[in-house]
Amino acid sequence: MDITVNILLTVATAATPLLIAAIGELVVERSGVLNLGVEGMMIMGAVGGFGAGYLTGSPWIGLLAAIIVGALFSLLFAVMTLSLATNQVATGLSLTLLGLGLSGMIGTSFVGQPGVRLPNLYIPGLSSIPVVGKLIFGQDPVFYISIALTAAVMWFLFRTRTGLTLRSIGDSHSSAHALGIKVIRYRYLAVIFGGACAGLAGGHLSLVYTPQWVENMSAGRGWIALALVVFASWRPWRVLAGAYIFGAVWIGQLHAQAFGIPVPSQFLSSLPYLATIVVLVLISRNKRLTMMNTPASLGQPFVPDR
Amino acid sequence: MMRLELVKRPQRSALFSVLSPFIAFVLTMIAGAVLFALLGVNPFNAFEIYFVEPISQIWQLHELAIKAAPLILIAVGLSVCYKANIWNIGAEGQFILGGIFGSIVPVLFPDFEGPFVLPLMLLLGMVGGALYAAIPALLKTRFSTNEILTSLMLVYVAQLFLDWLVRGPWRDPQGHGFPQTIQFGDSAILPELMPDAGRANWGFVFALVAAVAIWLMMSRMLKGFEVRVLGSSPRAGRFAGFGFNRMVFFTFLLSGALAGLAGISEVSGAIGQLQPVISPGYGFTAIIVAFLGRLNPLGIVAAGLVLALTYLGGEAVQSALGISDKVARVFQGMLLFFVLGCDTLIHYRIRLIGFAAPKLGAAPKLEEAR
Repeated sequence: MDITVNILLTVATAATPLLIAAIGELVVERSGVLNLGVEGMMIMGAVGGFGAGYLTGSPWIGLLAAIIVGALFSLLFAVMTLSLATNQVATGLSLTLLGLGLSGMIGTSFVGQPGVRLPNLYIPGLSSIPVVGKLIFGQDPVFYISIALTAAVMWFLFRTRTGLTLRSIGDSHSSAHALGIKVIRYRYLAVIFGGACAGLAGGHLSLVYTPQWVENMSAGRGWIALALVVFASWRPWRVLAGAYIFGAVWIGQLHAQAFGIPVPSQFLSSLPYLATIVVLVLISRNKRLTMMNTPASLGQPFVPDR
Repeated sequence: MMRLELVKRPQRSALFSVLSPFIAFVLTMIAGAVLFALLGVNPFNAFEIYFVEPISQIWQLHELAIKAAPLILIAVGLSVCYKANIWNIGAEGQFILGGIFGSIVPVLFPDFEGPFVLPLMLLLGMVGGALYAAIPALLKTRFSTNEILTSLMLVYVAQLFLDWLVRGPWRDPQGHGFPQTIQFGDSAILPELMPDAGRANWGFVFALVAAVAIWLMMSRMLKGFEVRVLGSSPRAGRFAGFGFNRMVFFTFLLSGALAGLAGISEVSGAIGQLQPVISPGYGFTAIIVAFLGRLNPLGIVAAGLVLALTYLGGEAVQSALGISDKVARVFQGMLLFFVLGCDTLIHYRIRLIGFAAPKLGAAPKLEEAR
């Protein structure tokens, strides 16, 4: 019983960064912008979070730094694609490449240093309930943030006027512009929100998941988060489900390796990536579903005519 | 507070389409100078070590050619994809599979020798890269799965597959347990061009031939026209009878084959055996090369040499100044950013507008823009 609980706990820990990054990207894509730089923003958040935590000794300052670094880094993408109307695919790719390089350079002196870890929150009383207690009331703080964030984004997109406006921009930026909506301003805020989320996800990696700095430690999670948004057909609760499925795959292969299953470890390690491809195929072969939900102006540059 | 405003040019600016890579390069140098200063190094000193010293002797030019060859080979293939608005970003994986397929001959049949070995290896390398690239193409055409994500995921799978091969079934039994295959025999080694002068091998010639061939295809042949039409207007392409699905396969197979050729050339030329890691990110850096070269094969040759220099410079500053060689990746990333930003100048004029500026001044300019 204890083993099951512990496995489920680690699944939640593995799912949390995927969920946060994907929820952020979902808001960005709902506004009609495709930011392929999630991996880069995530790794920058990870190195920024680790660095700030290591230098100040406070994991909370580290977490805050991760968010700020992610947001600032996404600002670069926003200026390029929104103010200079550059190709979003190419700019997003370059954000990822730059992030991987910059984080490697910044992190050189952090390699092998002991990090600080965010303490788990134990809610007195409730966390001693068997099974459920530890699962729901004894997690790391970012887990709670991720759940709250998902609920908040759900409420914001589908229950508020601003959320409706944001979605309308994603579906037709020209119509929204004609109605007098500040398309570029909305998109700036959406991109920065996405960056802050990716940064927070990176901070979770280097302050909770494995409290140390390892180069390229995001290991493709940013890309998986991008795939999750497609898989979820741009719906927050499906992102939540998807993130936990992928968290389970990620943890499952680690446990399978530890149990010494007679399959090469490299094959098990490639399972999350293969699963991503399979899931993408399954979801995209239903063309009607994808067409109906994809924000219609996703990835198209917008230059307001005046 | 200032605000940027883009004003569409009546037609694309020929001046800026030539100038923009150079402006981008200058901006990268300025940002690089700031970066070096922040690291506590004299920028002029660092620049000399980074950009001048690595190419000041003949043998060093050969090293430059070794690094540039895979970048150019991969990037000319990618340029065709990107022109057609098809996004293969998994060239790193296709490079690895090319290296693995080409190595089948020297690793599994080491006794097979003679003049046929090398051509067979190169051919297998191209087949391997093309087959691996066919996966995202198939998924895109059959299930309309996003090719960006699938081609990228396959990079991780390829890296793990290579890792398994060299640690498992293909490991050299006499290699003292090191994760590597046997050293290739003489007839499986890509010859050097001028063995007396330096190490550069035939891979660089392949790159130049590929660049010229693709340039001819894109500018002189119907296929190139088809790529450009489908890339800029898929609807117009359909009316002209150009099949989009066929184009997806064509561009993926072509770029995959070239990446595969780059992979086996690197393995049989510069390395001489398979190792767990055979590429310092060539497949990703080639994306930068493709854009810096304006998706033009001849521009890509120049861009490939520049990016190869960033690799050599990174190694040089690491040994001379003790700065991480990751600085190369930062330079590469910045360069791509500035190129993309400068490209805006081709289609738009940029006006800076102060919030306090009187509206009267702006109005006549608007008229002029129309």
